[in-house]
Amino acid sequence: MDELRELYQQVILDHNKNPRNFRKIEGANRKVEGYNPLCGDHYFIYMQLEDDVIKDLSFEGEGCAISKASASLMSSVLKGKTKAEAEMLFQRFHEVVTGRLDPTDHLEELGKLAVFAGVSEFPVRVKCATLAWHTMHAALNGRCETVSTE
Amino acid sequence: MKASSNITIPNITEQLTPRSSTQFRTGFDVEKIREDFPILKQRVHGKPLVYLDNAATTQKPRVVIEAIQKYYTEENANVHRGVHFLSEKATQAYEGARSRIRRFINASKDKEIIFVRGATEGINLVVNSYGRKYIQPGDEIIISAMEHHSNIVPWQMLCEEKGAKLRIIPMNDAGELLIDEYEELLNERTKFVSVVQVSNSLGTVNPVRQIIQMAHNYGIPVLIDGAQAVQHMPVDVRDLDCDFYVFSGHKIFGPTGIGILYGKERLLEVMPPYQGGGDMILSVTFEKTIYNTLPAKFEAGTPHIEGGIGLGVAVDYVSKIGLDAIAAYEQELLKYATEALSEIEGLRIIGTAKEKASVLSFVLEGVHPHDMGTILDTEGIAIRTGHHCTQPVMQRFGIPATARASLAFYNTKEDIDALVRGIYKVKEIFGS
Repeated sequence: MDELRELYQQVILDHNKNPRNFRKIEGANRKVEGYNPLCGDHYFIYMQLEDDVIKDLSFEGEGCAISKASASLMSSVLKGKTKAEAEMLFQRFHEVVTGRLDPTDHLEELGKLAVFAGVSEFPVRVKCATLAWHTMHAALNGRCETVSTE
Repeated sequence: MKASSNITIPNITEQLTPRSSTQFRTGFDVEKIREDFPILKQRVHGKPLVYLDNAATTQKPRVVIEAIQKYYTEENANVHRGVHFLSEKATQAYEGARSRIRRFINASKDKEIIFVRGATEGINLVVNSYGRKYIQPGDEIIISAMEHHSNIVPWQMLCEEKGAKLRIIPMNDAGELLIDEYEELLNERTKFVSVVQVSNSLGTVNPVRQIIQMAHNYGIPVLIDGAQAVQHMPVDVRDLDCDFYVFSGHKIFGPTGIGILYGKERLLEVMPPYQGGGDMILSVTFEKTIYNTLPAKFEAGTPHIEGGIGLGVAVDYVSKIGLDAIAAYEQELLKYATEALSEIEGLRIIGTAKEKASVLSFVLEGVHPHDMGTILDTEGIAIRTGHHCTQPVMQRFGIPATARASLAFYNTKEDIDALVRGIYKVKEIFGS
């Protein structure tokens, strides 16, 4: 039960219910689709990247609470970050959800992303938490093919 | 023996209607049957296993597990080849299984029973052998709106190759096929009808006898996908008069990797082989190969011997309990579960056909099925979440996925009670 509460923390439930930056960016210079066909999680990530800075980041789509909250928190955290900073957080997030990094040691850097540490106890849900991030990562690096984490 | 009191969730018990006093009319000794399934004694995350994912795969009774063990301990050899003792024993066991399965679906001849990997391969065999020989450009093939991907994609591939057209029998909001619309679809261009008997995602039992008869009025052959039917109701292929019938072993308490294609002899005879190799030939020279007779013509290579044997034992096991008794018990269980789930606020059952097998698909307002699946799993409850390989059905109902509880005859009222408690826990966590 504790593990479950850890997975479905208030922050995650809140971002699932009221996702931030849940919109299209008209004329965004990066747009990538993220789709896990087996489980059906399906998102589009919109990114406005200027001079290696993420000026704006948003998403649309549908999926489970973990995938949606992950996309929502990611969009809040990465807005205004440089490409290098986003790359670093992408790595860190991965390490947190796969249990390779203790978030308490990096609280300042991770901020709210630390709430995803609970995912590491549910290996089958890692793909949900990382879908938006991998899609964002593709957008950041100018790739445009559909991304999947299955 | 499970007791619902083993699973206690504080704070929500008062929301539950006490149901344990409900008595079933059918005198079905489910506790005795549960003894036959060793896996059901397992605990998951410290809770008794509540296995409600039977439409995905069923658990195996001890007799099936022991038959496979016996085969490898006492009988293992290649079939149809050797002159030695073990080969003869293995061949007898394997061909004996074919006869048991023939009896199970009341086919007239053993050679009409083709061992395949599962329902999917059975359909692919018919598509590639019958379909590629007989389907012409401009022909039409009819399937239904509630097919599993395995009864959509192979036909689509054939249509693309041949320039034929796929027509779809639509369904209503309850998940029932519109037979009048089917009637409209049938015409002189229709060359094949392939329809599911029981929907894996909706539970609908289709009027396949009527569907077959209507096609036969036009002389059109019909394949019935029985993957979700044979474990729930008696099936008699001669009574149905279907031309082909497929099902999977693992969904009827047998092993994975084995399934059955039944075909009428006169159709199987005119169909070319599906795969080439050993066992399916009478003679081979580099100039010409003479194909073997039925059923070997369609069984190239060393088969899944222990799978066939295990499936033979499984269908005998089911027959011994009796499919009429199974169907009656499961219908009571389905009614109980439908009523229990319907009382949950915000829960919507997807698939409300009048004729249903024990499959319950549902969505819960504000909660994605995957999150529900994870939370239920921590309570030891196994359900399926997702699109169930029926994406067009999900599109039809405008939902991305459902949660699905699919019941077998070893499930109990207590299992349903546990599911209901689990769903209340989901609601509690999500505040919905």
